[in-house]
Formats: sequence, C-alpha cells, structure tokens
Amino acid sequence: MDKVTITIDGQKITVPSHYTVLEACKEAGINIPTLCYLKDISQTGSCRMCLVEVKGARNLQASCVYPVSEGMEVFTNTPKVRKARKGNLELILSNHEKKCLSCVRSYNCELQKLAKELQVDETTYAGENIHYPLDDLSPSIVRDPNKCILCRRCIAVCKNVQTTAVIQASQRGFKTVVGPVFDKSLNEVPCIMCGQCISVCPVGALREKSEIEKVWDALAEKDRHVIVQTAPAVRVALGEEFGMPIGTRVTGKMVAALKRLGFDKVVDTDTAADLTIMEEGYELLDRLENGGKLPMITSCSPGWIKFCEHFFPDFLDHLSSCKSPHMMLGAILKSYYAEKMGMDPEKIFVVSVMPCTAKKYEAERPEMNVNGLRDVDAVITTRELAQMIKEARIDFVQLEEETFDDPLGEASGAGVIFGATGGVMEAALRTVAEKLTGTSLDEKELEFQPTRGFDGIKEFTVDLPQLVLKGAVVHGTGNARKLLEKIRAGQAEYHFIEVMGCPGGCITGGGQPIVDAKTRMDIDVYEERAKALYEEDRSMVIRKSHENPFIIKLYEEFLEKPLSHKSHELLHTTYSEKENYPCDCKDC
Amino acid sequence: MSKCCCEIPKETVEAIREIIARHKEQEGALIPVLHEVQEYYGYLPFEIQKIVAEELEIPLTEVYGVVTFYTQFSLNPVGKYKVGVCMGTACYVKGSDKVLEEVEKVLGIKVGETTEDGFFSLEATRCIGACGLAPVITVNDDVYGKIGANEVADILKKYQ
Repeated sequence: MDKVTITIDGQKITVPSHYTVLEACKEAGINIPTLCYLKDISQTGSCRMCLVEVKGARNLQASCVYPVSEGMEVFTNTPKVRKARKGNLELILSNHEKKCLSCVRSYNCELQKLAKELQVDETTYAGENIHYPLDDLSPSIVRDPNKCILCRRCIAVCKNVQTTAVIQASQRGFKTVVGPVFDKSLNEVPCIMCGQCISVCPVGALREKSEIEKVWDALAEKDRHVIVQTAPAVRVALGEEFGMPIGTRVTGKMVAALKRLGFDKVVDTDTAADLTIMEEGYELLDRLENGGKLPMITSCSPGWIKFCEHFFPDFLDHLSSCKSPHMMLGAILKSYYAEKMGMDPEKIFVVSVMPCTAKKYEAERPEMNVNGLRDVDAVITTRELAQMIKEARIDFVQLEEETFDDPLGEASGAGVIFGATGGVMEAALRTVAEKLTGTSLDEKELEFQPTRGFDGIKEFTVDLPQLVLKGAVVHGTGNARKLLEKIRAGQAEYHFIEVMGCPGGCITGGGQPIVDAKTRMDIDVYEERAKALYEEDRSMVIRKSHENPFIIKLYEEFLEKPLSHKSHELLHTTYSEKENYPCDCKDC
Repeated sequence: MSKCCCEIPKETVEAIREIIARHKEQEGALIPVLHEVQEYYGYLPFEIQKIVAEELEIPLTEVYGVVTFYTQFSLNPVGKYKVGVCMGTACYVKGSDKVLEEVEKVLGIKVGETTEDGFFSLEATRCIGACGLAPVITVNDDVYGKIGANEVADILKKYQ
C-alpha cells in the first residue's frame, strides 16, 4: 500500500495515500468534529464542521473529503479554524428546533454533543425556522423536519445503500426540506420501513413510531395476559443503551428486566425461528422435490418483503410463504398456547421486542391475523425497550440474570443466529442437510462459514445426496437488488437465497441502539454484535431447530407436521404487488 | 391537487416519451429534459415527473429535488403570459419592490400564482442580466426596462 507522510499540528504521521485528512487526523489522535460525514455511507463535505487549515490552500478545507498528499501540512486547532467551526455550528443551530429536554435523542445527539464540546451559544442567530407538521402516518417511522439539520446522511443510506431513494432534499435555502416527493408522507411512497435512516440520523429528525404507551396500557389492564417475545438481535445490543460495550450479551438481564416490567410471560422469538426453519426448510425440500418455484427466497425480513413487493413483483412467487418468526409465535400463542393454558385468546396481548422498525408495519399488515385476531398486538424496538426500562427506574446493569418462561423455554442455537446476515441460511442448512443426508452434523459441520461475514453478496454450494445446493446470502436491499437483477438477466442461478433488508442483518437493524459517527470510525459494529450472537449459539445445548424439544412437542400435539393444513392457516402468508407512487386523485 | 394521471392523454405521454428518448443517452439529461417537457406541457406536476423518472430510469425523488431547486421549473400551471419582475441587486436598488407590488395589485395575484383566467402568472426572478435597464420586468420573451410602478398597468394591458 502506498504511504505518504504529512504533518498535523506539528506532528509527523505516515498514513495510506488513499486516506482523507479526517482519517489521518483520527490516526494522529485528533477528533475532528463532523456532522454530515458517516464512514462508508456519506462523504459530502457539506456541513463544514470538519474544516482544517491546509498550508498552501486558499481557504479552509473540509477534511472529510480532502485527500492527503506527501508533505502536506495541516493545522486543526488555529483560531481561524475554531472560529469557522463555531460560526457554522451556530448557523446550523439557528434553524434547528431545540427541544432538547424531551427529545428522543437527547444525550445521544451528535449536534447537542458538538454544541457542548465547541462551547457554542445556540441563540446567537435565529433562522427562518419554518414550522413543518410531523410526518407520523407511517406505522414505523416518524419524520420531524423541524429537527432536521440537512446533513443528508439519511438520503445517502436510503438511496445508495438500500436503493429505495424515497427521501430527497427539495426546495432551497431556508425552505430546504428532506423528505418524500410532493410533501407526501413516508407512508405514501415506496418506503420499506427499514429504519436505516433513523440509524444514521445524527439528531432527532427521524425516529420510530413509539408504541410504548400502548404497551404500558396493556400491562396496566388487570385481565390482560401480556406476553413479550424478544428477537435474537435484541440481546446483543440492548446493553449499549445502558453504557455497556458494543457486543455485550445481556440475555439474562433482559429477561429479568422484562419480568420486572410486569409482563406475564417472557418468551423467546428464537423458538419461533426454529419453527420458521422447520416450515421454511420443508418448503424448500418440497419445492426441490416437486418442481416448485426456485430459487426460494427467505421471508423473515419485512423490509425486504416490502422492497420485493414494490420493486421486484416478478419475484413474489419466489418468496417463502412463511410468516416471520415473531408473527408465527404470535399466532401460536393465540392458538396452541391459549388452548393449553385454557385461556381466551382475546385476552392475550402479544408484544414483540424487535431490532427492526419494519416489524411494526408487518404486524399491521392485513394478512397477519387468524380468525380476526392480530398475531402480534404491539411491536417495540430495542431502543423503546431500553426507554421503558429507564422509565421504570430499573437498574439494568445490576440485574441478576433470569431465564425465559416455559412452556416455550430455551430455543436452539440455530434460532439465535437468525439475527445476523447468513444466520437464517446457516440455521436452515443445519436442518435441511440432516434431513437429506440422514446423518447428524458434528460440531464443526454445524458452523457453516461461507454464509458468515459481511460481504454484500455471499455465494456458496453445499454437496447434498440428491443435488449440489446452490445458495446466496445478501444483506441490505441494495445488494438484494444487484442479485435479483443478475437472476433476471439469467446470469446467476440458485436454489435458495437469504435476504435481510438491513446491512449486517437484524443486529444492525433500524430499531437497534444508535451508534454515532465517531464510534463507527473505531468499531466494526457488525462484527462485534455478530460475534456475540455466535458465542450465544455456541453456548446453547441444542443447536439445531429440529431438535428443539418444544418444536417437536408442538408438531406432535398441535401442528402434526411441517406444511400441514394447520401450519398453513397459522404460519404462512401471502404477498401482493405494491404500486410505488399511486395516483392520489379521488377518481382513481 | 394535481390532475389525475389517467387524465393525461396518450398523445401527451407519447410526446413526452419522445422528448426523453432524444436526451436519454446524454450525460446530465435531466435538466434539458425538464426544460423541454415544461415547454411542451406548461408545468411539471406529479404525474409528468413520474413519466420523466420512469423513462430516465432515475428515482422520482431526484427529479423532484431538481424541479423544486430551480425557480424556472414550476409544479403548478403557469399563465399564458409569464410576468417576471427582476429582484436582482441593481433592479432592487432601483425600486423593483415597488414595481412588484404594483404588478400584484393590477393582476390580483401573489408571486407564484396564476390569474383565474389562466392569462398571467407572476414570478420574482433572480438577476436576468439586464442591469443597465434596471428596474426590469419581462412578459414571456419581451423585456421592459427602466420602468416605474405607474407604467405597469399599461404594459400588462397590451396582453389582455
């Protein structure tokens, strides 16, 4: 790798020649302020916070887009630099709605932090401060243009990473606003509700649609049986909201906290992931044996499903008909569980804690009910759960660990790894391979490396008795788009594809704790959270879905067999093509 | 609200597609396409922008971002005669704000609006480069320089 030597504030440092001044400063231990910059996602040099003096350059330069060169001399802390940064920050603040006390991002706001660090007075100037109505029609995402600082990180992730491009800057000057076209709501455009825009927002301009109050209300109802389930990815991220390092496993503490919040039962969505594997695995076997539509594509990610319905309707037949795990669990809780406990299913209120904002939308889909009962009654994100724990004044870090409630009990390790890209595929292969070979996989064979890691598109083959199974794993809908276009063009063929809508999979879903731009420069969040999931898998006694005793019992006592009539009624669903920008006139 | 896409006649859609086809291969096709489409259709409502996005194979958000950024593009129907009052520095110093006020009074509309009969629409433009004639107003391609507020009514009368 080519290297160059530059001087930063009198300190000589040798860095790779492709570095920006910002990256070089980082290595030199200098923390340059940024707002619009986000590693790997947004690099536009538009917020002017990262200005530095470069010897020989006429003006101050935006270090996030300024490449290093041999012999360059950079000054990051001169009066001129400090004055310019402060002035720019004052201007940004002049048009920002400063309701910091109750803002969902207070203490976790990059703007607030910079204002404090740079000692900026937020009242120096008053901008035009045009007041916009909240866009809260989407079941998943609330957009508050009054707090937007026009950094455009959300636009970058929506357009370039997810390739949905439903938000854009329009108008100019003080009238500039980031949002969908023609002042439409996110609910009226092909937004897939993935929430990646929330994850990258430095302030409180984008957030999930909160269902916390709905959950408190259910908990307060005397004759309601409130069951909470938690997705695999929640347990490897929730701790971050309480100051624990990224990648800390807090399964036991999370369960303890949920019990203290007053839920009648705390169950694990991983169990339903095992159920999904049974249904989806057998669906794949059925398609392979009976000439069904191939490749079959996983359907656990509601953001991905909506993406497919909007942008690739010709692939809807390829989607597995399986509902996602938490929806399956909701259906089972309101049928099998209710029957077993002698309970009126109408009295059961199911809350899902998800790393995902699209799950809120999914739970509201008209397809997701059995006999008029919603499978899931409320969906809260990992962040909302943390908020509830804080509001209940529970000292999370000090909690003694507890375990999930019976009758569902512990899930398998296969259910756990559902949270990371490649995990659904790996879990499915553990079951499908054993069914086809008739032999038991050993410890080493269980961990299928080709589907792990964070390459955008992972392709692999598995030798099975009747066929060489060709598979692919993609994460982020931008990568899904690339893969599907290849298939459309006849340039690739597979039997089975896993798609997770968010980059990294559910561990970095749109409902997870927000990691700021600075931390993203230091820590690979994907790696740390995934590592924790794989550790959890390794710690489990049972690591294959079909060996989960609850699942075995569930089929014996209730569902009979995978893909049975009852399974279809409760656990499977349908999809339909969605128009991207439907005409909004009354005559249509 | 914008007219329904179902109401856009087939010939119009075809004509717009033709305009786009002429530019499609060219780099930075969007702005020239928008100019020509606006010239043809008069303005750039939702359903027209949808056609542009589809044909150019770019997101609708990109089209909308550009249309709303530049003042020469309009989301609403414009009048047969587009009246522009220059608000550039030279014109402003020479009293174009008074001229604008007068135009608003005579036409009974505000900037960005169109008269009910569809005859006139009003724009406050940036500098049009005729500073020597300040203050300046334009009516479509006709330029009137060094005018006072008291001349406005007579100028507009010519077009009625």
